[in-house]
Amino acid sequence: MIVLPKMMPPLSPARPEEILRPARPWFILFTLFLGLAGNLFPFSGVAEVLKPDFLALVLLYWCIQEPRFVGVGTAWSVGLLMDVGDATLFGQHALAYAVLAYGAEYFRRRVLRFPLWQQAAQVAVLLGLCAAIVLLIRYVAGAPLPRWTYVVPPLVGALLWPLVSVMLQWPQRPPSSASDL
Amino acid sequence: MRHISVEPPAFFRRGPSPFARLVLLGVISLALLFADTRFRYLENVRQVVAIILYPLQRAAQMPGEALAYVGAFFGSQRALSDDNAALRRQLVAQGPAVQGFPALQEDNARLNGLLGLRPHYGRAAIAVEVLYTGRDPFAQKLFVDRGADGGVAAGEAVIDAQGVVGQVTRVFPFMAEVTLISDKDHAVPVKVLRSGVRSVLFGAGAGRLPELRFTAPNADVQVGDVLVTSGIDGTYPAGLAVAQVATLERDTGQMFARITARPLAGVDRSQHLLVLGQAAAVPPRPDEPVEADPVKKGSRGKSRRGG
Repeated sequence: MIVLPKMMPPLSPARPEEILRPARPWFILFTLFLGLAGNLFPFSGVAEVLKPDFLALVLLYWCIQEPRFVGVGTAWSVGLLMDVGDATLFGQHALAYAVLAYGAEYFRRRVLRFPLWQQAAQVAVLLGLCAAIVLLIRYVAGAPLPRWTYVVPPLVGALLWPLVSVMLQWPQRPPSSASDL
Repeated sequence: MRHISVEPPAFFRRGPSPFARLVLLGVISLALLFADTRFRYLENVRQVVAIILYPLQRAAQMPGEALAYVGAFFGSQRALSDDNAALRRQLVAQGPAVQGFPALQEDNARLNGLLGLRPHYGRAAIAVEVLYTGRDPFAQKLFVDRGADGGVAAGEAVIDAQGVVGQVTRVFPFMAEVTLISDKDHAVPVKVLRSGVRSVLFGAGAGRLPELRFTAPNADVQVGDVLVTSGIDGTYPAGLAVAQVATLERDTGQMFARITARPLAGVDRSQHLLVLGQAAAVPPRPDEPVEADPVKKGSRGKSRRGG
């Protein structure tokens, strides 16, 4: 078992036995908006190759933590917004995010039990599935196959998962969890 | 021992199950995808979104621009003077061509007049700068910093110092989308400069060289031949350099030769581009002959109206 290095208590991820406060709806909406903005942000050069799907990451987090607010329907509507902003085929992200949310629903009960790096591996599978759906849709619609770097963003997204989950659960940490159990 | 029901009590129910929702929304997405590939009904929505996102995108670029500005300010004297010398050499090297140009142009105008051709130049050119490359990994597009406000219109050719880069495909109020000649859906009518053989250069997507399709295996094309626009489509003015033939495969078993060409322009590198104004109006295409009688296909030329 890998022991995570001791950091500042609020910066470390919540243990599964910790009870988080419910997230505020406006905070969920705000982070989803930030994810959308991150996706629409124009990158260039190496950053463009590495750029993960921020919106998918945030959606995945909320689908796992707050399945009552964010589920398949929310993911689908957010995907539609992403499609409009991206000026590509209408419905490709909607479908991919809906499948992503369903996948999160399927294994949200157990994913938080794993240590962070194993969570990241499962997240990589989900994000890869999401990217594969987009690839399939575009390929069927007549687009050429992209470069091999197409597989990089899901992996970068998985590497960012620990960071994203710590950042998004921060406002939900009760003050008492600051002290070591 | 009591058996615990797997189903949650009714008051915990929240509408249809995730799987039912997934199926329903999946079907709706597929319908939307189909409708979008068929009818392209989202153009107006995209205009609005582009306007909303414009400030965000400009703000995102500010740090980079500021860094570049500071870097240029402290750029060494040496680099500047080297640059200057190189540019001066280039200017001198291009001297003969430039000095001969007015005479050539006059000659050309006279000859064209003799031949009764319409003058096809006299275009306004707009200098633009690349804002960023497109986000879509499946398409080869980039965005430039002038749009409808700068007089850019859809369908105009975009070039850099070496040759054709692409074509303006969407115009937003403050920027425009350029589809590169390497995009899979893009085709440039070209001719081989050396032999005059006409063909069409099709993009092949990211990381692949554009292809000359539908060229007979015995056509007069060689590796290293320069391809220039033929001007037939009315989009690209004639005579712009496009690409250089890179590989050539003549297989007598195939109907056409397999020819790839390397773009001459810095399609994915150039920062400063030039948008060429629209060509003089091309006469309307003659009507297609009515296809009521498939037997008469052999004598199509007769039914075509004079243009």
